[in-house]
Amino acid sequence: MITVKFFASLREQVGKGEIQLDVAEPLSVAQVWAQACDNAPLPSHILMAVNMEYSDQNRLVDAGDEVAFFPPVTGG
Amino acid sequence: MDEKKVLIIGLGGLGSPVAMYLAAAGVGHLVLADFDRVDLSNLQRQIVHDTTQIGQYKTISAQTKLQALNPDIEISFIKDMISEDFLIEDDIDVVVDCSDNFATRFIINAACVHAGTPLVSGAALRWGGQVAVFSSSPQSPCYRCLYSDNEDEGEACSDAGILAPLVGVIGSIQAVEVIKVLCGIGNPLSGRLLLFDALSMQWRTLKLHKDPTCPICSN
Repeated sequence: MITVKFFASLREQVGKGEIQLDVAEPLSVAQVWAQACDNAPLPSHILMAVNMEYSDQNRLVDAGDEVAFFPPVTGG
Repeated sequence: MDEKKVLIIGLGGLGSPVAMYLAAAGVGHLVLADFDRVDLSNLQRQIVHDTTQIGQYKTISAQTKLQALNPDIEISFIKDMISEDFLIEDDIDVVVDCSDNFATRFIINAACVHAGTPLVSGAALRWGGQVAVFSSSPQSPCYRCLYSDNEDEGEACSDAGILAPLVGVIGSIQAVEVIKVLCGIGNPLSGRLLLFDALSMQWRTLKLHKDPTCPICSN
């Protein structure tokens, strides 16, 4: 299982804070987003983290990993 | 700290608590940058301004409050538009990014990297915010390592909405980090991104990496 977490406004957009993905082989972070979000396009400037470390969308993850998505924040 | 010089870019929701705490704490010289004027709609969260200052430039409005708070500090303004090289001949000790769009944030970041000036970056929107310190040293990541530079400007607080005290939370943490960097104490959020979700009251800290292909900080 890959644990997928959505934070802040992404949690509202996706409709859940966390899901578990059953995977048979390693997936890229972008593929994790696609599977978790019904193939919705990856939003621009979204922040991604694997096991609490910043990641790009090409990093491969496997069972036991945690992938987290954070919305872009620019306001001040 | 009375000999230190800090540049605050943006005198809005984040810049208000940053400026007030740094003035009260006795940072010797605050340089303010903002080209906007105070609007009634700002006052929900931009607490350095008040109803008697509507229509004034935010820099002037903030100066009045900050100088009343601490008459012993020096306050000056940046009058020109900032560019990627505007810090090179200046003696700013720390830059605090309290701006509200990606384009400005990328310029500020590039200027800090080029001049080697530490950058304390904060942002907030709706119920969430984030803070990071970019030391601008050759080994450390910069703001541009986090975000690709496309045309997306990001959402503004005035459009997406923002919880009023959220900017107080994030701006106060920025002020904490500025003081730590100025004094060379503790462990600043360098190489880390602190994320806050007020709705669920969750904090997360992500470890950041330098992007070897970053067009700003990589060689």
